[in-house]
Amino acid sequence: ECPGTGSAQAGRAAACQGCPNQGLCAAGAAGPDPAEAAELRARLRAVRHTVLVLSGKGGVGKSTFSALLAHGLAADETKQVALLDIDICGPSIPKMMGLEGEQVHQSGSGWSPVYVEENLGVMSVGFLLSSPDDAVIWRGPKKNGLIKQFLRDVDWGEVDYLIVDTPPGTSDEHLSIVQYLSATHIDGAVIVTTPQEVSLQDVRKEINFCRKVKLPIIGVVENMSGFVCPKCKNESQIFPPTTGGAEKMCQNLNVSLLGKVPLDPQIGKSCDRGQSFLAEAPESPATLSYRNIIQRIQEYCEQHHFQEEKIM
Amino acid sequence: TLAERTNLAGVRHILLVLSGKGGVGKSTISTELALALRNAGKRVGILDVDLCGPSIPRMLRVQDSAVHQCDSGWVPVFVGQDKAIALMSIGFLLERPDDAVVWRGPKKNALIKQFVTDVAWGDLDFLIVDTPPGTSDEHISTVEALRPYQLLGAILVTTPQ
Repeated sequence: ECPGTGSAQAGRAAACQGCPNQGLCAAGAAGPDPAEAAELRARLRAVRHTVLVLSGKGGVGKSTFSALLAHGLAADETKQVALLDIDICGPSIPKMMGLEGEQVHQSGSGWSPVYVEENLGVMSVGFLLSSPDDAVIWRGPKKNGLIKQFLRDVDWGEVDYLIVDTPPGTSDEHLSIVQYLSATHIDGAVIVTTPQEVSLQDVRKEINFCRKVKLPIIGVVENMSGFVCPKCKNESQIFPPTTGGAEKMCQNLNVSLLGKVPLDPQIGKSCDRGQSFLAEAPESPATLSYRNIIQRIQEYCEQHHFQEEKIM
Repeated sequence: TLAERTNLAGVRHILLVLSGKGGVGKSTISTELALALRNAGKRVGILDVDLCGPSIPRMLRVQDSAVHQCDSGWVPVFVGQDKAIALMSIGFLLERPDDAVVWRGPKKNALIKQFVTDVAWGDLDFLIVDTPPGTSDEHISTVEALRPYQLLGAILVTTPQ
């Protein structure tokens, strides 16, 4: 696979044969800029924990989960949370956070994130569009450029948790974010799936992607995992786990299953209305699942930090 | 003419299945549409240009198939009850099904151009093109590569929210 336009192997690796960019990469035109790396490092120095939310499969609830993770972590007012949406073609975060129509402001120290709460700031290409229906029809290199700008030019300030919501797939956005964030430290990735095999087969690829780029996997979240009828309380499997669901996949691939979240129509409604589902439906079994998962992620990050400090 | 000798010369109509949003059922609809058209007696092909998450092979139970070359290019895999639906997907080119295709745009573009022009489709009434979510490299390249041919149009798939 592509060694990365910024890597020493750019244009020279076996995988580069036949790539239309090969000449450009080999000539060093896309080579790493040490000044840029230093700039990113400086900007992200005040970020304590970074969590990437990935899938491989579309429509499984990455953005929903990213938004709720952000809300969940920001419930502790002493923590500063940042939510970065790098889904350039389909940015869902502004709507889910109730921030549609907001614009990004420039200050002396860079772009200012849009704040949902005092301790919860958000950035997304959605804020840069003149109309929410404008299509962003960009090829990879232009998307990469914007992602770099998000990391370099946004003045996040001191951040306890940076959550990065990604689009489906294993392509430019994913390679770029891992590359650019190597200037700082990524605690790990949370991988979201739904129970059916058609989702799992894409998620296995994502797990392999993480292993290839040496991105630690915090664990897997299985969304849309069963539905309990509010009237008769009967449970149905709307997306039957025909091959054992996330549980079996996690066992086979030796990754942690962080939790299963049942379907709750209120989740979609809250997202559409830009409200926190956790706040709107505190009694829902889905809320309980989400809260448990968020706590496990927090524990993972805190423990990680502790171990790092021990080593240092 | 050159057009007559291309692999798409025998294809009467090309249909793109798009969404923008992921997980709404593009691949599912592409598959069901192909099966329904076949049932109605049409000659059908499916081109799966979702390079990162190819779902069509599994949906038609051919995830373990391999593709071969002939003089005019790649031979599609024939699927369906009467093995009469022609399918091409990157899924068939992976050594192992869990291998991630971790390619940047330029490499994806090169493969899509090949998929469009180098598959020996033969005579088809309908070629259904299943796409990944988004409006990026795959979509731009597919539309550009198909522009000289009979693009019937696009079907957009969504869910209610």
